[in-house]
Amino acid sequence: MTDFLNEIEGRTDSEKPELGDVQIANYTINFGPQHPAAHGVLRLVLELDGEIIERVDPHIGLLHRGTEKLIEYKTYTQALPYFDRLDYCSPLAMEHSYVLAVEKLLDLEVPIRAQYLRVFFAELTRISNHMLNLGSHIMDVGAMTPNLWLFEIREDCLNFFERASGARMHSNYFRVGGVHQDVPLKLLADIGDWLDTRVPRLFEDALSLVVDNRIFKQRNVDIAVVSREDAVKWGFSGPMIRGAGIPWDLRKSQPYDVYAKMEFDVPVGTRGDCYDRFMVRVEEVRQSVRIMKQCLAEMPEGPIMTLDAKVGPPKRADMKRSMEALIHHFKLYTEGYHVPAGEVYVATESPKGEFGVYLVADGTNKPYRCKIRPTAFSHLQAADMMSKGHMLADTTAILGAMDIVFGECDR
Amino acid sequence: MRAPAPAYSSNEGVVDVATNALGAWLVVAEEAVSEVSLTVDREHLVEAMIALRDTPGLEYQQLMEIAGVDYPSRAERFDVVYCLLSLTRNHRIRVRVITDEEKPVPSVTGIWPVAGWLEREVYDMYGVFFSGNTDLRRILTDYGFRGHPQRKDFPLSGYVELRYSEEAKRVVYEPVKLAQDFRTFDFMSPWEGAEYILPGDEKAKLPEAKGAPTPLSADAIQKADAKATPVQGGGVPKTSESTADTGAGKSGPSAGAEPAKPDVNPTPGKGQNQ
Repeated sequence: MTDFLNEIEGRTDSEKPELGDVQIANYTINFGPQHPAAHGVLRLVLELDGEIIERVDPHIGLLHRGTEKLIEYKTYTQALPYFDRLDYCSPLAMEHSYVLAVEKLLDLEVPIRAQYLRVFFAELTRISNHMLNLGSHIMDVGAMTPNLWLFEIREDCLNFFERASGARMHSNYFRVGGVHQDVPLKLLADIGDWLDTRVPRLFEDALSLVVDNRIFKQRNVDIAVVSREDAVKWGFSGPMIRGAGIPWDLRKSQPYDVYAKMEFDVPVGTRGDCYDRFMVRVEEVRQSVRIMKQCLAEMPEGPIMTLDAKVGPPKRADMKRSMEALIHHFKLYTEGYHVPAGEVYVATESPKGEFGVYLVADGTNKPYRCKIRPTAFSHLQAADMMSKGHMLADTTAILGAMDIVFGECDR
Repeated sequence: MRAPAPAYSSNEGVVDVATNALGAWLVVAEEAVSEVSLTVDREHLVEAMIALRDTPGLEYQQLMEIAGVDYPSRAERFDVVYCLLSLTRNHRIRVRVITDEEKPVPSVTGIWPVAGWLEREVYDMYGVFFSGNTDLRRILTDYGFRGHPQRKDFPLSGYVELRYSEEAKRVVYEPVKLAQDFRTFDFMSPWEGAEYILPGDEKAKLPEAKGAPTPLSADAIQKADAKATPVQGGGVPKTSESTADTGAGKSGPSAGAEPAKPDVNPTPGKGQNQ
């Protein structure tokens, strides 16, 4: 040992940096595309100074499937399932924007029960999305247990989706003019019980482990602070803009379906850091529960699909007796309906922020152009601005609080 | 509007304020499907955007989306559509500029940094150039991708496909080979404008060529001879040649002139509504 100590003696001499005390230039590392904390296929090229992030260059598009191009070759009905596969963590919220856009072009009236059902399941989607995001955010910064408990709730949500639509994830449940099928009363009763008993217990238990936890706060408080001006300039929306302190919620300010009748609060952050964004989502879950309970209390009986036979398909029983219904069925499922020429941009409050659909119709049965406005695009772009000066280990917290899903980001 | 679409504040007066604020930069302002859309001169896009952001009564603080649209039949084929949102006035507006493959659109990254990626996407998908965007790389397509896939003349299947080659020990690109052609059916209704030619009917509209004369049978020759001889005492033919002879259009065998319609000259009423 003394030999070694003698050997390295004097090597830390700052006069002669080539001996021992190596001068470190900035170096670049790849984060992902195969990294569990990248929430999908994200490749971050990080330029580091020691452990401090100097620059982040996100490379996206690894999950690009050409959804917008494919939709141009499909009828309006056939295009709908593609929306489930955008943000596969909140499929119904994606469908919501699309059906509202087509309905706006058609100027189609939607039965009130269908509007309630859509709001009800959109909020259930919000809960299931936030369970995934909150859980994985917690796990990214080091806690294990809450994620498992929150996934219990998410699993329940998926089971409810299955009972309503037949599919756990890619529900394909909303339709232009309403929803696909009415739900059985037992399902609504079960969800009501679930909201009263299981959700509060599991959710509050899981969160009580982290919200006041010292380690969790150290990892999140004052990380990636975004000012209100920056949030506006960078096109933030959803929990990201609310976390920065701007009370902007499309469900409140630009209500669609029956959101105008719902009573709920819009949580806002005070500091604009990762912890605020996390807590905004936590409160949104409680507000979603509130909205769902109101839906259950107020939802009227009635049709769940528009009565316009040129858009809504006929009932199976009618098809056995009515020639007209049979012809309508055949025409709707081959040619589909024609949407009058025009263009709309319709955006809804998806769990991740403003999810918009810019739809150009040319009067035929297929969209001429369907541009999808993903939420993650603007948020992820700001990763450079948000991460600068933070430690490498904070990247996961920043990404977790952004809530990014690549199906939607890359389309 | 009957549809349950997001309801923001009304469009009333927006076009007027925008027309005043933009002046000569504005090409067209229109309101359709209860949405306002402005077409702006490409050269003055940045000034127009600053005016839209800062003029009181407009105040579009946020840029939410930039979308490209391709109209190949036009001389300047691309639309670049900017969707703006006003948080204070709770209103949305669309701004459109028109360009082609070569003429660059001024970048708005100086106003909204979020435009960086959105412009990159339009460049990637349509090949529209943005002057002033310092980072105009491809964003969604593969490293080294060629072409601009959202253009209408780009095939849905693309040109290349890739697979892992066991021989080369790497991913290789090959021309697309589909086991089955992409099946696209045109279901447009034949009653609403589409012109169909059913299989086998290709020649239905063509004038028929004269075929070879049918050999005459003995019976036919006899008839032809009979026709050639003049009719004895030829007077009234035994056919009905006009509709008057057949009685077509009459309601009954002995119906005379059409009865007068009862409501042609209604007498003016004297009720309380008159």
